[in-house]
Amino acid sequence: MAKVLMKGNEAIGEGAVRAGCRYFFGYPITPQSELPHYLAKRMPEVGGLYLQSESETAAANMVFGAAGAGARVMTSSSGPGISLMQEGISYIAGAELPCVIVNMIRGGPGLGNIAPAQSDYFQAVKGGGHGDYRVICLAPASVQEIIDLMQDAFDLADKYRNPVMLLADGVLGQMMEPVELGEEKFVQPPEKPWAATGRKKGGPKRLINSLYIVPEECEQHNLKLAKKYAVISREEQRWEEYHLDDARLVIVAFGTSARVCKAVVDRARDEGMAVGLLRPITVWPYPTGVIKRIREKVDRFLVVEMNMGQMIEDVRLAVEGARPVHFYGRAGGMMPVARDIFNEVKKLYNGGAEQ
Amino acid sequence: MFEGILIAGFGGQGVLSTGQLLAYAGMKENKHVAWIPSYGPEMRGGTANCGVTISDRPISSPVVSEPTVLIAMNRPSLEKFEPAVVPSGLILVNSSLIHIKTKRSDVKTVYVPANDIAESLGNGKVANNIILGVLLELTGVVSTESVLEALKEVLPPKRHNLIPINQEALEKGRQLAREFKAS
Repeated sequence: MAKVLMKGNEAIGEGAVRAGCRYFFGYPITPQSELPHYLAKRMPEVGGLYLQSESETAAANMVFGAAGAGARVMTSSSGPGISLMQEGISYIAGAELPCVIVNMIRGGPGLGNIAPAQSDYFQAVKGGGHGDYRVICLAPASVQEIIDLMQDAFDLADKYRNPVMLLADGVLGQMMEPVELGEEKFVQPPEKPWAATGRKKGGPKRLINSLYIVPEECEQHNLKLAKKYAVISREEQRWEEYHLDDARLVIVAFGTSARVCKAVVDRARDEGMAVGLLRPITVWPYPTGVIKRIREKVDRFLVVEMNMGQMIEDVRLAVEGARPVHFYGRAGGMMPVARDIFNEVKKLYNGGAEQ
Repeated sequence: MFEGILIAGFGGQGVLSTGQLLAYAGMKENKHVAWIPSYGPEMRGGTANCGVTISDRPISSPVVSEPTVLIAMNRPSLEKFEPAVVPSGLILVNSSLIHIKTKRSDVKTVYVPANDIAESLGNGKVANNIILGVLLELTGVVSTESVLEALKEVLPPKRHNLIPINQEALEKGRQLAREFKAS
C-alpha cells in the first residue's frame, strides 16, 4: 500500500479510529490540538462521537463513563491538561476500566511552554493520581510507530481492563513522516460482560465503582490489582535494541530522544566505538529484563532524556548498582543535539577505557 | 545524501506548503523525509517556518537546527536564521522583499527576486515555487517531476487549476538557477 505523509497527532487519531475507537472526549491544548481537530472530522465519518468537553477534568470523567459502558474510548492532552485528568485516571484505574490517554508532553513545570519535552515521565509511570495503581505506558519514536501502537494500546487496555497511556512529545505530534496505514479492517472489540449497559428487564446487576469503604475489602482489591500489575510487568515489556550485542557503552533513551541517540550510535560506530542503544517502547512496564541481561557485559550506561533525569531512576533500579549509570539531558522544551550527546559518549567511553 | 532545509517567511507566503511539497516529493523518491513546522505562539502576520529533512538514511531529529539550505522569504527570517546555516551551505534570498545582503562569506548565496518574477507570471502567490525551482536546480535534492506529482497531493482537488502556473514558476526558477550557474 502506498505511503502517505502524516502528522504524528493525526496519526494518533487515525490509528485510534482504525483500532475501533468510537468515542473521544477532550479539550484543546498545544502541541496536540491537531488530534482533536482530526477526530472532530473523522469520528462522525465512522459513526463515532467527538465531544469537546468544558475542561480536562470533565473529559477524563466522560472517558470514565464511556469506558464503564464498554466503549473503546480515548482522550488526549498535554502536560497541564493531563495533570487535571489525574483524579479521573485514578478512578478509572480503581474501577478497572479500559481506555487510552494520550499525553503529548510540553515543557514544564506549571504552565511551562509548548515546546517538546519528556518531563511528564514520572507522572506517567509512577502514578500521577492518588492511590496504588499503574498505567500501561507506551512511548513511540516515529509516526509509523504511533499508528502501529494505537491498535496495541486499545487491545492492552481491554485485555487488562486498565488505562493505557501513549506518551510522546511535541516533536512527534507536530512532525510529518511517511507512514504505511495498511488495510483498514473491521475491529470488533472483545465482549465486555462487566459493562454497565442497563439491566434490560431483570439482567444481572452491574456496578462500576472504585469505592471500597471497608478497609479489608479495599486491601483485597489492592492485592487483586497488584497481581494484575505483576502479570503485566512480566508479560508486556517491550523495547528496541540497536547495536547492543557487543556494546560497551549502552545509551538508554525513549521517544524523540532515542531518535537522536540512534544517530549518535551510528557516528560512534563509524569512529570504532562499541556503542549501542536500548529504546524502551513500554516505559511501564519498564523493560528491566533486557537491562538485567546485558548489564554484566557492558562497561556503563548513559541515559538521555528531555528532562533533568527521570527515567534514569528506572535504569538504575534495573542495573542494581552493577555498573555506573550516567545522565545527559536537556529540559524546558530544548531538544538534545546529536553532536553534544556524541561528545558526552566520547568522554565516557574513553574514561571507561582508562580504568 | 542529506539536506536539512529551513524555509522561513511571513504567514501566507506558502512557507509550510513549500516544505510539504519537498517532503512529499522526497517520499515519492523513497527517501527518508521529515517535516516539522515552527509551532510557537504565532500571530497573524507573524513569521512562520518549517524544517524539511531529506536523506537516504533514517532521520534522527526532524528539527533543522543546522540547515544545509535556508530559504529566506522575508528579512526577519534571513536575519534570524542566517547564522545557523552550515559552512558551505546555501542561502536563497527572496530579494523582492529583502533588500540587504547576507553577512556570511562561507556559504553560497543566491538572490532571487521571487515576488517580482511571480508577478510577471501573473500570480504573486507562486513566489515560493520560483525559489523552490532554484533550489531543485542547484541541489537536485528531489526531481521536478516528483514535485509536480506532489503538487497534486498538497493542493486540494479544487485548486488543481493552479498546477500549470506552479509548474511554470518551478521552471522559471530552474532557468534562473541555470543562468546563475553559468555566470
